[in-house]
Amino acid sequence: MGTMLRLRHNKDLFVLTYGALVAQLCKDYEKDEDVNKYLDKMGYGIGTRLVEDFLARSCVRRCHSYSEITDIIAQVAFKMYLGITPSVTCNNSSRTEFSLILDKNPLVEFVEELPAGRSSLCYCNLLCGIIRGALEMVHLAADVTFLQDRLKGDRVTEIGITFLRKLDEKKYRRKK
Amino acid sequence: MADEALFLLLHNEMVSGVYKSAEQGEVENGRCITKLENMGFRVGQGLIERFTKDTARFKDELDIMKFICKDFWTTVFKKQIDNLRTNHQGIYVLQDNKFRLLTQMSAGKQYLEHASKYLAFTCGLIRGGLSNLGIKSIVTAEVSSMPAYPDTGLHPKTPRSQPELKPRVRCSTNCATQVLR
Repeated sequence: MGTMLRLRHNKDLFVLTYGALVAQLCKDYEKDEDVNKYLDKMGYGIGTRLVEDFLARSCVRRCHSYSEITDIIAQVAFKMYLGITPSVTCNNSSRTEFSLILDKNPLVEFVEELPAGRSSLCYCNLLCGIIRGALEMVHLAADVTFLQDRLKGDRVTEIGITFLRKLDEKKYRRKK
Repeated sequence: MADEALFLLLHNEMVSGVYKSAEQGEVENGRCITKLENMGFRVGQGLIERFTKDTARFKDELDIMKFICKDFWTTVFKKQIDNLRTNHQGIYVLQDNKFRLLTQMSAGKQYLEHASKYLAFTCGLIRGGLSNLGIKSIVTAEVSSMPAYPDTGLHPKTPRSQPELKPRVRCSTNCATQVLR
């Protein structure tokens, strides 16, 4: 029982710290876009370093398609760091746009609703930056944004990943 | 553990973020340290609330401090406090010989001055935790470095070990009374 309790509490540490950070940013920045940008930038910094930790802990083999990569983000990375497995959908026929649908989101466990006057706040924007930073470290450029957000009244929380033209085509040929 | 990595990285980004976006004079007047300490305070309050929902009532102040040193510290930093000293008059010194938030940093002397930035959040964490347990406190931290391990001579090519950072968290409580009913 002791260990289980501690595992849960350690996630609480991250979630509570994140909440304190967002609260502080809301004090420092008047505009929602500024907080969102800051969270994204911070996430980017984390992502560039987290990917090393991720590759060391997981035994992922080399990917050959964007959908494989997205699956790994959802099923391995999210599971490893946040304990959830978002479902993945592909949004275009050329298989470069994907969505991660988060049914549960531990980051917002203690958040009932967005603070007053903060309707455009992307509370979990750190996640977008993390994904973007991590992908960039493996030579993949992507746009990552929130397409839907439960905190804003949407039915689900949806993160959109759009893979952009990458620099080294040869290594990562897409499966047709 | 994976989530520890996430917290460590978040904490590092928070520290550098606070200093990068500091306005004129905020670094010098300690505003940056205060911001980090306040965030830690909030988190400490929240953590203790979640943590002590199911635990038994604490006997006294020392009992609380032992809880901080064992259970609380283990939850947050995956290890217990190495040494707890007190003068039994409200001053407690918690010593962590391998403080998790600093082990990633180079231990050269020039980094010691920056160590305080990485201790502020934790000081707030303790202060917040104690606060929700009814104890008002002032928490300060200091880092001292240990001498390098002596060269054994058996492996002359092995570099000397880095000096250890031994943060001491000095916790002085100034309200030991109304706490425990």
